[in-house]
Amino acid sequence: MSALASGEFWAFVGVVAGIYTILALGIQLQFGFTGLLNFGQVAFMAIGAYTMAILVVKEGWSWWWAMPAAIAAAMLAAVVVGLPSLRLRADYFAITTLAFAEIVRYLADNERDLTEGSQGLLGYNGDWFKLSLRLGNWLDGHGVHVTSFLFPLLLVSWGVLLVLTLLIALIVRTPWGRVLRAIREDEDAARALGKNTLAYKLQSLALAAALAAIAGFVLALNLTLLVPDEFDPVFTIFGFVIVILGGLGSYVGVILGSVILMTVLEGTRYVELPLSADKVAAIRFIIVGLVLILLMAFRPQGILGSKQEMLLGE
Amino acid sequence: MFLQLVANGLVTGSVIAIGAVGVSIIYAILRLVNFAYGDFMAFGALAAYAFNGPLKLNLVVSAALAMIATAALSLAVDAVLWRPLRRRRAGFMSLFLASIGLALVLRQSLLLAYGPQPQTYRVDPYKVYMLGSVRLSQAQAITILTAAIVIVALGFFLARTTLGRTMRALADDPILAAVAGIDVGRTIAFTWILSGLLAAIAGILAGLAQTTFDPNFGFTLLLPIFAAVVLGGIGSAYGALAGGLTLGVAMELSTWTPFFGGVDPVYKPVVAFVVLAAALMVRPQGLFGRARVV
Repeated sequence: MSALASGEFWAFVGVVAGIYTILALGIQLQFGFTGLLNFGQVAFMAIGAYTMAILVVKEGWSWWWAMPAAIAAAMLAAVVVGLPSLRLRADYFAITTLAFAEIVRYLADNERDLTEGSQGLLGYNGDWFKLSLRLGNWLDGHGVHVTSFLFPLLLVSWGVLLVLTLLIALIVRTPWGRVLRAIREDEDAARALGKNTLAYKLQSLALAAALAAIAGFVLALNLTLLVPDEFDPVFTIFGFVIVILGGLGSYVGVILGSVILMTVLEGTRYVELPLSADKVAAIRFIIVGLVLILLMAFRPQGILGSKQEMLLGE
Repeated sequence: MFLQLVANGLVTGSVIAIGAVGVSIIYAILRLVNFAYGDFMAFGALAAYAFNGPLKLNLVVSAALAMIATAALSLAVDAVLWRPLRRRRAGFMSLFLASIGLALVLRQSLLLAYGPQPQTYRVDPYKVYMLGSVRLSQAQAITILTAAIVIVALGFFLARTTLGRTMRALADDPILAAVAGIDVGRTIAFTWILSGLLAAIAGILAGLAQTTFDPNFGFTLLLPIFAAVVLGGIGSAYGALAGGLTLGVAMELSTWTPFFGGVDPVYKPVVAFVVLAAALMVRPQGLFGRARVV
């Protein structure tokens, strides 16, 4: 159990929680505020991470230019997927986006010339290492002695996360954000008031895709080796668990939900059980599943969510 | 070659079609998109394996026992999970997310019980049947024959029997059906039993057709099944059957070389989704769905 007291463990939990907070922030925007059940969020994370890595490794781009290009690619993909699928009913939309995510994962697995498939794509983080080292030295110079090499990533990801949370929280207060909520509550009514609801839903989807791409960058930097298995549909489900755990429509809730879920998931790695590693992994997923079922049964609005904000599609 | 691919497509397609009917009847009556269905199929397949492999029972007996076990599980889950959620008037999204939770619990429990290694039924892998120029392995022959019987029986059941008609009436208009004197609770219970039986059949046939299977294989089957349900029009049992067979044949035929040089077989599942996307562009309500519910 001593691992739970170490800085290394908490730095790791912090980074993973940061990745999922950014991913779940996009789900909060789509699901909590617009009422879209996008089950392919992980695909936009994959598109972001892979576009960035491919541009750096195969095309020799600077990391700094590869990132905005990757965000643009993810947003473009969101528009391409959204245009036909957003016209569909909620349940059809959920299945279509899930299918899209699987297609992206199949491509990442099989287009080996581009992605190296399950062998993994390496060498996209040279620029980040330089930055990370400089950040570590700078902290050292200011009397902060960092023991974990993950600390710079933790610092940067949480900085980015807080800025993004603030931005999204501000955006949903604007008239634009109010239209999103109106669509969630009653799309026909919003349309009757002359709002082009498809355009608003597309914008919500594209913005969430940009967030997913940023989450993908942090994930890639945390991994050092990019493999398609990191973009399993189960990670979209984690995002939904986080949003519902924290509370629909609550931004602090996303952070809280993410930290709780990742502490439970990563913490159980260190609980000493007389079981093999894959059995412990299975138990961890069972816990997530049970949490989701119990939340739906007893508190569908989440810990910090209010029932007025979201009646879950009724 | 063309006929062989059509035959393979009918094998794949009939498994998808049977699973799709199981998903569709539950949606039609309970408005529940059951994300855990693939894992019910895996449960059925692995239960049959437990009787057929370690216990060395005959495959038909094993399949029958597995069907009973899966139907029982299906009913039990309704009692502990779905009925309480219905009583709380949970919305579509709550139900969908709860089914995802159930899928995780079920799949990982199967992994705990059976481990990740692939399993296989005791069938003769070298026995081959020839139908003209078409070669069918014993497993494929069993699959296609069973599927044909099940599909005909299902069609008869839904169209001609009282229970089948009751189910369709309830799917059409639950309030009117209740007013007309249909016992709603009893019909829902029978729907879960039928859905569980179909899950076990589809799971076992998929296990046979693929020759090996593991606790994770349900999820890979679930996506083509969902695609078939959507293609046929959510909630339409006949649509699900047609959607499944169409997708199965389309997936296999896409690898046919005269067809644009043939698609790489690893992309077969992708073909299913491309067909689905193309169909939804033309008919957003699915092939057999009614426009007014969209």
